[in-house]
Amino acid sequence: MAVLIAFPVFAILVILQGGMISAMPLLRGTADVVLLTIVAWALQERARAIWPWSLIGGSMVGLVSGLPMGALLGAYLLVTLIALILRRRVWKAPALAMLAVTLLGTLVTHGVSWLARWLSGTLIPIAQVFNLITLPSLLLNLLLAMPVYVMVRDLANWLYPEEIEV
Amino acid sequence: MKYSSTGIFRIGVVVVLVAGLIALALGGYLTPLSRIFLTPLISAQTWVATRFQAIQSLITAPADVSELRLENAELRAEVSSLQVQVVELQQQVAEAQLLSTLVDYARSRPENRYIAASVIARDPSPFMHYVIINRGSDAELRSGMPVVTEQGLVGRVAAVTAGAARVQLINDPGSSVNVLLQQSDADGTLVGDITGDISVGMISQSANVQLGDLVVTSGLGGNYPPNLVVGQISTVRNLPYDLFQSASVQPAVDFSALEIVLVITNFQPVDVTPLIP
Repeated sequence: MAVLIAFPVFAILVILQGGMISAMPLLRGTADVVLLTIVAWALQERARAIWPWSLIGGSMVGLVSGLPMGALLGAYLLVTLIALILRRRVWKAPALAMLAVTLLGTLVTHGVSWLARWLSGTLIPIAQVFNLITLPSLLLNLLLAMPVYVMVRDLANWLYPEEIEV
Repeated sequence: MKYSSTGIFRIGVVVVLVAGLIALALGGYLTPLSRIFLTPLISAQTWVATRFQAIQSLITAPADVSELRLENAELRAEVSSLQVQVVELQQQVAEAQLLSTLVDYARSRPENRYIAASVIARDPSPFMHYVIINRGSDAELRSGMPVVTEQGLVGRVAAVTAGAARVQLINDPGSSVNVLLQQSDADGTLVGDITGDISVGMISQSANVQLGDLVVTSGLGGNYPPNLVVGQISTVRNLPYDLFQSASVQPAVDFSALEIVLVITNFQPVDVTPLIP
């Protein structure tokens, strides 16, 4: 069920990302709602199908983006791994984990994107990337992290309702 | 019926008095007198009428208020509907104006064939300055076709699917366009930047580059047709120890406000990769 739900969820998110969020940059940085959703899902205690979610999300963004498809997919899978490691360590403070993984995830995604562009022959100065893209994107992602976490938590609770012993 | 002389006298006196009063009134002599009587009368009448209307409205108010509220709600709904219509019409007018300008542009260059497409999305990655348009291989779009607006060069088609295509903008850091500075007749290479700016490099040191020089595509390299407007020179960097000059370009196209673009479909880009040693 969770895998089936992932398709419409990420389809909507990719449409929003391409149609609206990318058109509202801060300097040159933009929020990444697909990344935030993957992170939030990976941090849900009850959530299952975590890897399929990041696979579906990464593939859909990879299809739309001009970056080599494997780049974003690989970055999202790496971020999922970080989220799962952090979930086990800071499971009592999911909000803190969400913010921490958002921070790390943004850095990882941008690092991989920069590397992909460099390998495809376009060298972008790291200082410019950090000042104009990464820092503004980080700020936007951190601002959106908690709202996205709450929405994904509600989705997870709806998909996997709490079992009550009678 | 007999009238006594006293009675006739009384009637006569009354008639004379009435006639006198009428004459005085017509002459305006009674106005101050009437004002003395009428002013307090009018004040009293006003006071009574005001109180009466207040009491009347107090009694009949609930029915009126509910009717007014209903009417108000209906009017509000009508206003909202009309506002939506106005916005829709404004959008249609703006779109029609844009299309009309694009048609004018296409007519001014009859040697090219164009397909109009709407920009439906931007690349989700901030590292890529690409847009997605709603026409693809079904509309005979091919990779490498130049994309323009009535203002100038936008970029070129980088990837195509059946119903959509991805366009690399000329301000993408990976974009490279051979250009000609019209006034100074110098060639150069236009490159994009992560900031979204564009600049021309590889300009010969002997070229006399001026601010405001018009930058157009040169057609060299076979990636773009010649004479497509790109922008104007805004600053020139000419250092004596550099091999080449470089210059910043103010793009003719506002890349953040792209809505409808034209794809030049009869231009076949030349792949010169095999010729590069």
